[in-house]
Amino acid sequence: MSSGKILKYSGSFLVYFLIQVFILKDLVLFGYAFCFLYVFFILSLPHEMPTIPLMLIGFFMGLLIDLFYDSLGMHAASGVLVGFIRNSWIKVNTPTGGYDDNVPPTLLNMGIGWFSFYSLPLLLLHHLLFFYIDSLGTEVYLPLVIRVVSSTAFTFILGSIVQAIFYRKERVL
Amino acid sequence: MQQIVLFLYRLRALILFLVLEMLAVGIVFTHNSPQGAVFFNSSNKLTGNLLAVKTNFMSYFSLYTVNQSLAEKNASLLNRLDQLTPVRDSVEFTLDSVLANSFEFWSARVINNSIHLSQNYLTLNKGIIHGIKEGMGVFNEQGVIGRVKGTSTHFSSVISVLHTDLLISSKIKDTEVIGSTKWDGLKSDEAKLLYVPRHVEVVPGQEIVTSGYNAVFPEGISIGKVKEVRPGVDGNYLDITLTLSADYSRLNYVYLVENYLREELDSLEIENSAPGL
Repeated sequence: MSSGKILKYSGSFLVYFLIQVFILKDLVLFGYAFCFLYVFFILSLPHEMPTIPLMLIGFFMGLLIDLFYDSLGMHAASGVLVGFIRNSWIKVNTPTGGYDDNVPPTLLNMGIGWFSFYSLPLLLLHHLLFFYIDSLGTEVYLPLVIRVVSSTAFTFILGSIVQAIFYRKERVL
Repeated sequence: MQQIVLFLYRLRALILFLVLEMLAVGIVFTHNSPQGAVFFNSSNKLTGNLLAVKTNFMSYFSLYTVNQSLAEKNASLLNRLDQLTPVRDSVEFTLDSVLANSFEFWSARVINNSIHLSQNYLTLNKGIIHGIKEGMGVFNEQGVIGRVKGTSTHFSSVISVLHTDLLISSKIKDTEVIGSTKWDGLKSDEAKLLYVPRHVEVVPGQEIVTSGYNAVFPEGISIGKVKEVRPGVDGNYLDITLTLSADYSRLNYVYLVENYLREELDSLEIENSAPGL
């Protein structure tokens, strides 16, 4: 990765992190739908990136966010899971003709169909692990399901909007 | 040998994944007490006993410092006796005057709050250097907020009432029937009143206040109002739903309370409940 790209992704890491802990933390729709937008940072990293740095990024991003959510370890665990599974999931979803080099897996580069199929299961998994750890010690499961489903939808919608507005199309056709 | 190293190298992502997950889950279990209770259940008794033996043994070595601090405490108590009324923070509120002398109050500002998770915490802007200690009660003019869980130099973290592990000793104001308030993790403005026997008559609208029995809170701080009464699942206790009186989504300034006599009360109760003594 070139130094310019490293700088770009570091900046985007910071922006995702700050928005998550200072704005989205207080934004919970109907008391159930959380928005964990930072997962999209991990999802839109270049597909050439190996699994190990991905997991480390997921871990540290999660840990930093945990400090502000007072949920130490929960975001970290979920972030590592996403980082671990992402590359295999990308491989499963390889479009005909394969991936182009230097084209990150974002909404505009890959199209809404591919992007939904790519991001929704990973978001669901992330949210499921997060809210499952959160619900340990309680005996209610319906709120858990509602939280997971509504948060996945909310995160996906907001994430897609962010992708459509703030990301550039880099695919050369 | 080389084969094994190669094999492990090929699995490096999986190994790192497991290590990081274990690390994260380890942090979760040590940081959050309800999950910790699930995880560390079996080891509790062993470590507790070991620590008790160690403390018994070590206490002889600290007699000198204990004596010294007792003398210091004596001096400061004599000073307080001189003043007759204890110095308080700027917080003003009415309390039963009999209890007022064993409690001291602080004020603090909420700087972090969550209400939508199953285990919610607050962060306050006062810490050790302001005199905040673990276990202090937190409330505001509306009602009970929570209990201090940990302190740093300048901040403290508080277990909110909206935490499924926090029990608050409470009573029904008119009838003096005692119970425990516990959040069920469902709505941020409702909680349950547990351990009220079935023969007790409870009607919606009755006020629930702190009982003063667990010595964290003074008696009579508002918790909520009875919303709904149903026969309980197990048949021995009523299933009482409360509307909490504090609005947890809008917390700003809170008061902290410390009971000087809490340790004494706790140790007396433990002594009395220990069998064979």
